[in-house]
Amino acid sequence: MALPRYTEPHYRAWHYLYLTICTAVFFFLIAPLFVIFPLSFNSEEFLVFTDGMMRLDPDAFSTRWYKDMVYGTKNPWGLAARNSFIIAFFATIGSVLLGTVAALGLSSRHMPYKGLIMAILISPMIIPLIISGVAIFFFMAKAGLAATHTGIILAHIILGTPFVVITVTATLSGFDHSVTRAAASLGSNPVNTFMKITLPLILPGVISGGLFAFVTSFDEVVVVLFLAGLESTTIPIQMWTGLREQLSPTILAVATCLIVLSTLILVTAELLRRRSERLRGIKRH
Amino acid sequence: MSVHKRWANVEYWQAIKRRAPAYTGQKYLKGLDMYKNDKGEIVNVAEDRRIHRKLWLRTIEVALFVTIFCFLMAYPIAHLLATLPMKYSNLLMICVLLPFWTSLLVRTASWMILLQQQGIVNDFFVFIGLVANDARPQMMYNKTGTYVAMTQILLPFMVLPLYSVMKTISPSLMRAGKSLGGTPFTSFWKIYFPLTIPGIGAGCLLVFILAIGYYITPALVGGASGTLISNQIAFHMKATLDWSFASAMGLMLLTGVMAIYWVYNKIVGIDNIKLG
Repeated sequence: MALPRYTEPHYRAWHYLYLTICTAVFFFLIAPLFVIFPLSFNSEEFLVFTDGMMRLDPDAFSTRWYKDMVYGTKNPWGLAARNSFIIAFFATIGSVLLGTVAALGLSSRHMPYKGLIMAILISPMIIPLIISGVAIFFFMAKAGLAATHTGIILAHIILGTPFVVITVTATLSGFDHSVTRAAASLGSNPVNTFMKITLPLILPGVISGGLFAFVTSFDEVVVVLFLAGLESTTIPIQMWTGLREQLSPTILAVATCLIVLSTLILVTAELLRRRSERLRGIKRH
Repeated sequence: MSVHKRWANVEYWQAIKRRAPAYTGQKYLKGLDMYKNDKGEIVNVAEDRRIHRKLWLRTIEVALFVTIFCFLMAYPIAHLLATLPMKYSNLLMICVLLPFWTSLLVRTASWMILLQQQGIVNDFFVFIGLVANDARPQMMYNKTGTYVAMTQILLPFMVLPLYSVMKTISPSLMRAGKSLGGTPFTSFWKIYFPLTIPGIGAGCLLVFILAIGYYITPALVGGASGTLISNQIAFHMKATLDWSFASAMGLMLLTGVMAIYWVYNKIVGIDNIKLG
């Protein structure tokens, strides 16, 4: 972003102002996440930087909140983590299956009312969660599925499917449908064509949609608040309760773990997206 | 009974009695601080009891301002991301995407730590002498907290559509504008800005639509003056158990959201939502 040497001073000033603003906005975006790391290693029970921490005194830091997270009895983080992973796992599988099939169907030229179906499929992403939560609660209560894992998983499938539809549709935008016809003309049946030809090509979209569905389910609190029974506590529910009642450093330890997890997922998703763009020959300059 | 002899038939009265309370629009009127008086006219409730109208207005106000703040912050950084060489912009893009992928509760928790009275933001204000140490302002559990946290949380949803539009604008257009005698400002305003309007529309509609139904962040950092209509719905679901009123308010909110969604679909196209 070097400026040409002939730039007039007041444009130069504007340019530096612009760069300053950008730096400030990036700082605003990313800095809040990094507050959590040091405070989760605080040896005191306060959520402020103590004098010892400012002096980098080793005694001011400890891993006691991580130990409390794993062994502590006050908040059943272990049970919550187990539930969260189980729910997110099945919800992801369901979302990926439904979303991929829907996206494939919508990519067909013969599909009627494409726009309307697409709008309905994506609406769970747009509709305020509180409304989905209330509606799903009424429905599940009638169906006898409130306060069960099955109910929560079904609800999360609804919420996760739009992401898969969007990512797979994006991958299919450069998809050449003549390859499936070529496979058919060479004697392949539709299932075989899908497994051998279509799926490998759209796989990056499927996986990144799956990651979105996983994160959505793993982070979802509103619907679970309405549906959860006592034993189906999840990590977001525990955090929600903790944040409402008392903000303890144990929550920050959990939050740190979640940030690490989301970083891993982000890196995976970015690598997949680049690979997909390379495969489909889309170049970003 | 003199009007028609059928009114003498008791069954009609029973039918009316049976049907009357099953469906009513009264909960909707209550949601707008109105009610039906004895004569069946729709009137406003007393001025000091109009809480819902205030809440609707506040929800729209918060959503609107969060959208404006997001736009003002996202525009420069989306421009920077779109014009920097790939090597650097990929790195900076991580700064946009990491919050996007991080748990909402984690981000809200970090704002609770930052904005508390002994928190870092207040420490900083005291340090630069903006406020006295014993007069630290309350920045959480009010509207300020809601604004700050929601802006940061929804910012990526504004950056991504803006970025994807700006990426398609050829830099030679700005050079052409300059070579034809326009100052950088006029060429920006007359050439670049109009080309980014589709991205602005997409980003603003998306952020507004998400902000208007926000629940978690206002519930945690909003306090009494920063809660939105979603929080009222949750309150009636969980505390007063007036489920029909909660549903009525939910449907009113849903109608509004659906209207914006319809506009979004018309203007942007729903399959153009950007997820990084």
